[in-house]
Amino acid sequence: MKSLTIDNRIVSFENERNLLEVIKKTNIELLTFCYHSELSIYGACRLCIVEIDGRGIQTACTTKPEEGMVVHTNTKTLRNIRRTTVELLLSSYNHNCTTCQKNTKCRLQSIAKNLGITNVRFKKSSAIPKPIDLSSYAIQRNPNKCILCGDCVRACNEIQGIGAIDFAYRGANSQVIPAFGNNIASVDCVDCGQCSRVCPTGAIIPRSEIGGVWKELDNPNKVVVAHFAPSVRVAIGEEFGMPSGSIVPGQIVSALRMLGFDKVFDTSFTADLTIVEEANEFIKRKEEGGVFPMFTSCCPAWVKFTEQHYPELHQNLSSCRSPQAMFGSISKKYLPEMLKIDPKNLVVVSIMPCTAKKMEARREEFKTDGMQDNDYVLTTQEFATMIKQCGIQFNTLQPDSFDPPFGHKTGAGVIFGNSGGVTEAALRYIVEKVENKPLERIEFAEVRGEAGIRAASLTIAGEPVKIAVIHGLRNARQVIERIKSGEIHYDFIEVMSCPGGCIGGAGQPVYFKPETRKNRAAGLYNADKMLQQHKSQDNQYIKDLYKDHIGEIGGEEAHKVLHTHFHNRKRIFHEGVSIIDTNTAKLTVSICVGTNCFVNGAQDIMKQMLNYVTEHSLENIVDVKANFCMENCDHGPSVSIGTEVITKANAKKVISELEAQLEQITEMA
Amino acid sequence: MNNTMNIDTLTQIADKYKSQMTKITRRVTICGGTGCIANGSQNVYDELVKQLALTNIDAVVDLKFEDNKDHTYVMHSGCQGFCQMGPLVTIEPDNIQYVKVKPADVSEIVLKTLAGNSIVERLLYHDPVTGQKFNGTKDIPFYARQNRTVLKNIGHIDPADIKAYIGQKGYFSAYNAWTNMTDEDICNDMITSGLRGRGGGGFPTGRKWNLTRIEKNEKKYIICNADEGDPGAFMDRSILEGNPHSVVEGMMIAARAIGANEGYIYVRTEYPLACKRIKQAINDAKNIGILGDDVFGTSNGFKITVMEGAGAFVCGEETALIASIEGKRGMPRPKPPFPAQAGLFGKPTCINNVETLSAVPLIFQNGPTWFKAIGTEKSAGTKTFAVTGNVANTGLIEVPFGTTLREIVENIGGGVLTEDGKVDMDAFKAAQIGGPSGGCLTKEHLDMPLDYETLTAMGAMVGSGGLVVMNDQTCIVQIARFFMRFTQNESCGKCTICREGTKQMLALLDDIIEGNATLQTIDLLEELAHSVKIGSLCGLGKTAPNPVLATLKYFRTEYDEHVINKRCPTKRCKALTSAEILADKCKGCRVCIKVCPEGAITGELKKPHTINKALCIKCGACAQACKFNAITGVA
Repeated sequence: MKSLTIDNRIVSFENERNLLEVIKKTNIELLTFCYHSELSIYGACRLCIVEIDGRGIQTACTTKPEEGMVVHTNTKTLRNIRRTTVELLLSSYNHNCTTCQKNTKCRLQSIAKNLGITNVRFKKSSAIPKPIDLSSYAIQRNPNKCILCGDCVRACNEIQGIGAIDFAYRGANSQVIPAFGNNIASVDCVDCGQCSRVCPTGAIIPRSEIGGVWKELDNPNKVVVAHFAPSVRVAIGEEFGMPSGSIVPGQIVSALRMLGFDKVFDTSFTADLTIVEEANEFIKRKEEGGVFPMFTSCCPAWVKFTEQHYPELHQNLSSCRSPQAMFGSISKKYLPEMLKIDPKNLVVVSIMPCTAKKMEARREEFKTDGMQDNDYVLTTQEFATMIKQCGIQFNTLQPDSFDPPFGHKTGAGVIFGNSGGVTEAALRYIVEKVENKPLERIEFAEVRGEAGIRAASLTIAGEPVKIAVIHGLRNARQVIERIKSGEIHYDFIEVMSCPGGCIGGAGQPVYFKPETRKNRAAGLYNADKMLQQHKSQDNQYIKDLYKDHIGEIGGEEAHKVLHTHFHNRKRIFHEGVSIIDTNTAKLTVSICVGTNCFVNGAQDIMKQMLNYVTEHSLENIVDVKANFCMENCDHGPSVSIGTEVITKANAKKVISELEAQLEQITEMA
Repeated sequence: MNNTMNIDTLTQIADKYKSQMTKITRRVTICGGTGCIANGSQNVYDELVKQLALTNIDAVVDLKFEDNKDHTYVMHSGCQGFCQMGPLVTIEPDNIQYVKVKPADVSEIVLKTLAGNSIVERLLYHDPVTGQKFNGTKDIPFYARQNRTVLKNIGHIDPADIKAYIGQKGYFSAYNAWTNMTDEDICNDMITSGLRGRGGGGFPTGRKWNLTRIEKNEKKYIICNADEGDPGAFMDRSILEGNPHSVVEGMMIAARAIGANEGYIYVRTEYPLACKRIKQAINDAKNIGILGDDVFGTSNGFKITVMEGAGAFVCGEETALIASIEGKRGMPRPKPPFPAQAGLFGKPTCINNVETLSAVPLIFQNGPTWFKAIGTEKSAGTKTFAVTGNVANTGLIEVPFGTTLREIVENIGGGVLTEDGKVDMDAFKAAQIGGPSGGCLTKEHLDMPLDYETLTAMGAMVGSGGLVVMNDQTCIVQIARFFMRFTQNESCGKCTICREGTKQMLALLDDIIEGNATLQTIDLLEELAHSVKIGSLCGLGKTAPNPVLATLKYFRTEYDEHVINKRCPTKRCKALTSAEILADKCKGCRVCIKVCPEGAITGELKKPHTINKALCIKCGACAQACKFNAITGVA
């Protein structure tokens, strides 16, 4: 084993990612803004600087540990630079801590406190405050609090592969903004909120709906019901000093009652319902030769991602609504009658680990007569804030029990919060149903785990079934591309956008340690064990719901209440401009004239194509179109002829493809 | 593809050029550098060609003639260096250089010189101090005292003609390197030559090549860093404009040495002429089979792509430059890994500056020991400088390392220009060397030999070679602020201490200039400067405080004067000035009263006037108008 010296102590190391991780082993935690174990190393905040003999001042995060290295973490120079750096940040940005939503959870605040900074020697920025971006339902961006650590940029790129925000401008004018300074709602953002999860300050935070919820609770005419997602119960305790992974559904129920909610239900109930519908959809597809792979559709960020990037996959997505959407739908439809109340007075509040659920609740498909089925969506964080507002000592509350009928769930509905949980819950249903005998084992360890892409092969009733479990949209894109290229095949794919699934959602309490997520995951699997039932199909209240209200699984009413459809949200999908357009055309040539293709010679291709068509008198056979961005800018110019897409095109390539296709047409004729 | 250059063809091209040049009895070279073009040299060229056509002089504008007659050759060159005096027209072999030539002067040049073999005296260069006339580049001190090696062909050959380059032994070194030398030999020769990077760092080029050479990877890249961004520097631009093939050949030799088959030239798009010339050079080299899939019959290929950058200073930093070529935002990343290990697209990459690469063919033509013998022991060879500021002769120069600052400013530069346009070496205050990353040198450094080590020891750096001369009417705090503003605007914004630190340093300098500072301001400025210098991620941040630190080191009293007595010794800082009329000098002529835009001056005719300081806006109009130098305190 290799060793090095840190502050006169010899420390051994093996495969630590960097010096920072080795230093951690000596019970010293260097504070940083830009280091996240799950993101790439950036080296920008300059707070983890150390002095290395012979190499001067280096950032520990970017330095590989080496045998015999002599490292100092606490020298006068280092203290001065760290102090200066933080003072510089404090001078530049808005830090009205007491009124900030990130108050007491802000890294800038805690680092300034830890470094003992009591005054700032530099001039406070006199820049005119920039407007706060409130365009998204999921997150709000306050650029005045951004310290440009780049964590959000990397999270969006590296976890989700989206890049909705990036750096712009130089020097002191640098900013993190959506493309061209547009608001966040008008770019590719999928509302996952991972940017807000990693943001060390209050620059990106989940949008709050607390005010609206209080208004409803204060209104004596309203019947306000709450339902909360599986992963909320293993995370909220962290807000009240409990260890991460503490399983506290009963305390949540108590707190909700104390806050004035009339009924407390469990989203896990509709998770069970989702499994019944979704597993049946899978079985039906198998029986009837439907489209595969079948993707899960519980995660709203994932759904939005497919709508924006892969609308062609919509038939592959399960048409089932998410548990939240199902809950809203059945509540609004059946609860007024069950509770004997006026439907107008029913308010449904959903408590989620997720920011994207706020967007999901506002989707037109999930409204009834123009009203949202879920009237409000609170994140775990907001819910904790409400509890704190009332001074409720959450950690000492006595557990209480859920209200029937939507408060009863099985363990299958609880493990939904973990990546792999939906798959496991579905398997508990599918295997029993297809093999038509009681399930021998409940746990499907093969779909559990932490890796971002996990694959499993099962044999169900003698048939091989290939399964993939993915978290992170960047991973999802990678798998989709491999599927599209024919390289791999799966029957069933679960996709969750956030790391680890919903337990790692952006609405959850802010956490910095990787163990936190592991503990939450373990908490959910333990919660499953603690319940009496583990299979959605065993939930008597679900059975009753079908018997009394929905009727047949996957039937007409089920389709109306529990299923949905998707939209094409590709930003550029219109037809382009016709240059040659006849009714008789047998072939259409679309030439992309978007900026990048144009710069790379699309104009020349267009010119030569038009010449070719007129010279060969093909005007009645070939239509020519100018298209605006085929979203293939890396490989431009792009030209499509019939169904064939030519990338890195030039006139010669395009014309020879056209000739080949024309020949085929003549042969066929 | 059978388009491969071989030694016979190369020799044929060279021989043909040489034999054609023997038929050129007289060569008229009109400078086509950016400065001269901006001053109208293209019009001079057009006029000359037009007028020559009307005479019986057998003038040609290219070397396409096949006859055996004698010709006068009219051609464009790259930057001839003496930018202050442009447009330049050089006539050889007569050793004539006409300066500040206008189209209207052309007829006289044609009549007297080209037809009549006499000199147009009024167009010659006159020494601004002595008034002495000089005929041509052989005796004009600006040229005579230089040692032009890298710049030698610039101004002599047509940069747009590959044959002219080949005619000057061009591409023979590349041929030799590709066909007769091992990669190791090439690196060893480079190490022997002592060439160090001309872009700023001064890392030995041979060692850099060797570090890339020893990396095992099928794909490697050579990048030419042409992202010259220092204010006042134009060495690399001039080389690309004036002798682009030397850069292509340098890259070929480097590619052979490190085992690269692909090269990039990263040049800023705001250098349109340089972009055009280098692209043409690459195309020409490709068309005659020098670049391609089978270089010199070795069955190894080499191609070069020109990448136009958007003109961000930080992209001169290696890792930011690589990011920019990769299509990412130009932001540096921490090193290691160094580009030699993981550079462009993750492959081993060697990045050299334009001037470095253009010196390479010369080293292989003349031998590494020839190069090593020029300059000083640790800093071999010559260095180009773009001399600007308060100096009589601004322009592009090249001197061996070890040359003194005095030689450059006084003898080559012609001395320091005072505020009233006179030349006076005593007015020398400082010279900023190395651009915004460098520092200033003062009178006490005038006789020190300039090389990498001495400059670093003095708190400056060679940098890419910008040299701004300042006279005694320059406020040093304002100079520091000028460069700080530049680096602040150009900081990529990635690392906190550079982005925010430069901003606050700028604010502190503003405070000093605005009269809002105390001695603590200077202390804070100095402390912050040290923190930014050692705490920043990349070279930009690490060197950004240099102008502040150097000026604080040499001109502390001037800073102190600003904050203690609230006085700017050069009267450049308006907030610290206050206009005053000297009663003993004022004749009471009322001129100042008339020009004052604020009505701040009152007084009766023939009696000393007074200024109401509350109304005065310190515009200086009164001082300018006063014929008796009776108004002080405003510049």
